[in-house]
Amino acid sequence: MVILILLMTFMHLSKKRRINDVRITEVSPTKINFNSPKIKSIIKTVAKVFVYVMLFSMYAPILILILFSFTNATLIGNWNGFSFDLYIDLFNDEEVLTAFFNTVIVALTTGIVSTLLGTLGAIGIFYSSKKMRRVFDVVGQIPVLNPEIVTALSLTIMFVALGIQFNFITLLIGHVVLTIPFVVLSITPKLKQLDPNTYEAALDLGAKPAKALRKVIIPEIMPGILSGFLLSVTLSLDDYIITAFTKDPSFVTLSTYIYGITAKKGALPPMLRALTTIIFIITLIILLIVNFYNKRQKKMGGFNK
Amino acid sequence: MSKPKFSRKLLAIPYGIFLVLYVIIPLVLIIIYAFTENVESNPHFVYRGEGYRISFENALSFFGNISNINTFIVSIFTGFLNTVICLLIGYPIAYILAKKEYKFSFLVVILFIMPMWINFVLRTSATREMFYGFKEITGIDITGAKYPFFATMVGMVYNYLPFTILPLYSTMTKMNRSLIEASMDLGATPVQTFVKTIIPMTMPGIISAANMVFMPTMSSFVISDVMGERQFALIGNIIQTYFDQAMWHLGSFFALTMLVIILVSMFLTRNVEKEENARGGLW
Repeated sequence: MVILILLMTFMHLSKKRRINDVRITEVSPTKINFNSPKIKSIIKTVAKVFVYVMLFSMYAPILILILFSFTNATLIGNWNGFSFDLYIDLFNDEEVLTAFFNTVIVALTTGIVSTLLGTLGAIGIFYSSKKMRRVFDVVGQIPVLNPEIVTALSLTIMFVALGIQFNFITLLIGHVVLTIPFVVLSITPKLKQLDPNTYEAALDLGAKPAKALRKVIIPEIMPGILSGFLLSVTLSLDDYIITAFTKDPSFVTLSTYIYGITAKKGALPPMLRALTTIIFIITLIILLIVNFYNKRQKKMGGFNK
Repeated sequence: MSKPKFSRKLLAIPYGIFLVLYVIIPLVLIIIYAFTENVESNPHFVYRGEGYRISFENALSFFGNISNINTFIVSIFTGFLNTVICLLIGYPIAYILAKKEYKFSFLVVILFIMPMWINFVLRTSATREMFYGFKEITGIDITGAKYPFFATMVGMVYNYLPFTILPLYSTMTKMNRSLIEASMDLGATPVQTFVKTIIPMTMPGIISAANMVFMPTMSSFVISDVMGERQFALIGNIIQTYFDQAMWHLGSFFALTMLVIILVSMFLTRNVEKEENARGGLW
């Protein structure tokens, strides 16, 4: 609604403006020329500055934590001199390490299960009747549109109603529900680009359907499968709400550990600054690898054409 | 010739079963729970059907409690405000970056999204720490302890801005820029061009971005908890409290109100083609 009101005022203003403009041009032909190189270059500079200031503010909190991970001051803002104490603390803290490994295990398992189920699902849906496809589209979108807390609560209620104890499997189910739509969404466009005749040709040439799928369809949609896998891993790594609702109470992941400890102590324990630095560096490395891989993929794609 | 009786659509069966078991049935349970109440203190609904009866107790305690209504309105307001701020900041950024003359645009978009790979709770705590660091250095207190709403809003914008830039950027790279030039050449003022040409062309991205921000803002209790120092509650916080206290029926009614809001927003935006897979553009 607010957006609508804003839009309407904009439209109203622009109408007024038009009348004014006509008058202005009639009276004096000197209005601001937006095409003059001087104004253009000013606008360009302002735009660039704006983008970089915003970009910097996105990183400010993380960069501050990283900076203060190299000192042993309890409060951010006090620089106590350079030290690696926080890193030593971090690697001696068993709970953090357990939480870290649990998070990685959950994310990888989620990624594998989600990708398997989602890939088969995407292929199946794509070759179903139009009506079935619509049903799948609508139902498959529910977890995307639902706020996480609704998904989490609905699953929890079901597990409680059935008397199921919360364990690794319930957590896994929660994460797969969260991530599987994104796997399907990243594979479907690749299926659309597929040449429909290749699979038929493989069958006609005597390949069994399983083999035809494996040799013809899967390799073609591999980029979609990979991005679906990566996406579900990242979503799972990042998740707090579903994890908190569907996990075994004694199971800790990074999100629940950090949330629990900040809730108890009020502030972020200093050693978690060191953890931030490490996670940031890991992310950076993964991004670089993926980017490099993508570029190579693109180059090879160009070569094939 | 014996053709194998395999059809590729059979592959969708496991996915279909999964969706029915873990998406549809839980949602149906939410609706059932929202309109029932527990007579005995026995959570195993399906196990022993007795002990439950249909009631509007949950609806009454939702609508009868001023503080709940208040939270509901505050949540919707926070959601709108966050959506508007994110669009106001994200739109120009996406527009600038989508221009062809901008050399490193894709890299900058990735840089904008990269903080999202750092754990969500950690990221939010980092923002909180920054406020406290600011207080430590300058002595000016703008922390959530003093201004819970302001701190929460900063946390929200910080967290959801990348989700707006991504869909906007991808619609803008696809939009036909010659239409903008045409509009300018035909004498439209920059404002007219913006309202009549650019906004309609980027509408799918705007709708997707709003979808990515509005509902999650209302429902995420982590940011309001961490940034607002537990002085500021959204619908998400209430549901979480009911979860902690195992009050499933009331929690379900609150969840149901959010489902209604989603349905309404889906109905309102049904005619606009959406930028698909807004979150999926990450990779």
